[in-house]
Amino acid sequence: MTTLRMLAIGTLLHAKHLSRSPFEVAMALIVPLVQATLAVHLFRSGDGSHRLIEAAVGAGLMGIWASVLTGSGGAIQNQRWQGTLEMIMLAPRRPVTVILPITAATAVTGMYALLATLAWGRIVYGIRIELAHPAAFLAAAVACVLGLGMFGLLLASTFVLLRNANALANPLDYPIWLLSGMLVPITVLPSWTLPVAAVLPTTWGARALREATVGGPVWPSIGICLAIGAVCLVVGGYCLTVFERRARVTATLALS
Amino acid sequence: MDSEHTLTAPSPPPPALSPSTRAGSDFAIEAEGLSRTYRTRTGWLRPRLQTVDAVRGVDLSVRRGELFGLLGPNGAGKTTTIKMLNTLLIPSAGTARVGGYDVVTQTREVRRRIGYVFGGDRGLYDRLSGLDNLRYFAELYAVPAREQKRRIAELLELVGLRGREGERVEGYSRGMRQRLHIARGLLHRPEVLFLDEPSIGVDPVAARELRRTVAGLAANGTTIVLTTHYMAEADELCDRIAVIAGGRIQALGTPAELRRRADGRRVLEIEAYGVPDAALAALRELPGVRETAVEARGTQQLLTVQSDTDVDVQGDVLRELSGIRLGRVTSREPTLEDAYVAIVNAS
Repeated sequence: MTTLRMLAIGTLLHAKHLSRSPFEVAMALIVPLVQATLAVHLFRSGDGSHRLIEAAVGAGLMGIWASVLTGSGGAIQNQRWQGTLEMIMLAPRRPVTVILPITAATAVTGMYALLATLAWGRIVYGIRIELAHPAAFLAAAVACVLGLGMFGLLLASTFVLLRNANALANPLDYPIWLLSGMLVPITVLPSWTLPVAAVLPTTWGARALREATVGGPVWPSIGICLAIGAVCLVVGGYCLTVFERRARVTATLALS
Repeated sequence: MDSEHTLTAPSPPPPALSPSTRAGSDFAIEAEGLSRTYRTRTGWLRPRLQTVDAVRGVDLSVRRGELFGLLGPNGAGKTTTIKMLNTLLIPSAGTARVGGYDVVTQTREVRRRIGYVFGGDRGLYDRLSGLDNLRYFAELYAVPAREQKRRIAELLELVGLRGREGERVEGYSRGMRQRLHIARGLLHRPEVLFLDEPSIGVDPVAARELRRTVAGLAANGTTIVLTTHYMAEADELCDRIAVIAGGRIQALGTPAELRRRADGRRVLEIEAYGVPDAALAALRELPGVRETAVEARGTQQLLTVQSDTDVDVQGDVLRELSGIRLGRVTSREPTLEDAYVAIVNAS
């Protein structure tokens, strides 16, 4: 119970801290709008004008992923710069319970990206927000946040070990967008990418959102997204314990 | 073991033992042969491996309730020693126990019993309020929910931040941040508190308040390990002091015992402007001169010359400095700082 309380309060306070950063706020406001605009024009120039709502949802998911990725990498790096990484790792807790609220907070703030792109699509491009399963869409959005947050934890475990975590985080942005079918259906990608896509929670999260938007079996996709997320949580938790010890050997918890 | 390490101090006031104190040990901290080597790699194509021995075999024991000072120049190994004792770094060699628990194998037990406070602007969530910072760390340190409000209020009162807790930390002065650091370090009532240069950059009034708080904690039975550059602070607060230089403990004893290292000496202080290195070298060669040091104070320099008491060196020193613009010249008894300079220079 105390752990759950700590996770909830930690997530809330990290989200509060993120929401007060002018840089984070500017990025959260601008990037999803640019992505939504690009997606809408891409779909229009192709033969997908009837799928504009999918474009908006896909762009929103890209925003959540960008927030989790840059957030997880950036947040660990920021903690290092602020000198708080040592202080939180010094707490008598499992490392996973210390880092999870940080990645969960980035996923929560990333939810804004989904809402912003939908609103942008509605206001500027007149996309009608007609969801096949509105309740399932909400559930899929929550599953995406949880699944991506747990995936972010797995990534964050490596960021604890590396002083230049951003160098690893930045190049991962675009491959995950592509592989997860956030914008382009994974069926058009080379066949060797399919097994990779199948083990990413982002793929199933994107699929759940798309199915909730245009119709289809939403709940199995939500289940798989959460199941893969849970595996990421367990593996990430183990990695964090190992990497935290390694970081104490290599002295990478602090900036210097 | 270095013979200097066996110096014993007059017994400090009996400490208040916590319920979790493990029977059989009078020491809150015990370290044997503690060493730490840093390895860095630079370059990708032709990587170069560099190793730095930051701490080389430190042995120390700190009694429960003792206020123990760790003094040394920059890069001497003070912070590395503290980080090994508080579990942030794993020693390259040697062992250490805090509260009877091993810092490498019983990390979580050690962490439950310690607090860590370091000096400077970093280490806090700037865009959160002081209260939010304390709430978050109270959760991390598993302070029971029903106790948190009362404990945080107590600590805000203790460090003099009551009424300012709702403001964002980014608007706090250096002194206020430092006080918030201390409140955070005390949330879970640690048995051992590590204070790593807590008064760095703090104004004199805030530093005095800080010293009063630290003395109060020690009086209540908290074991404190303090690193500082300020000799007066160490002299006023510490039961015992270890001087560390080059990664090794060079001297250990009470402030009075360390001061005695400068017995038989006299100190000449000269305010000067633009003393060349050649003049300094010449001063060191004068008969009776034991140490020289120069401290820059803006455009002015404070030249300190330690000499044997039975040799009057003032005339010779002033002769060597002829042609250099001088200010006030004073002769005085040696202080702890002079003893410290002598110990560090001899290392």
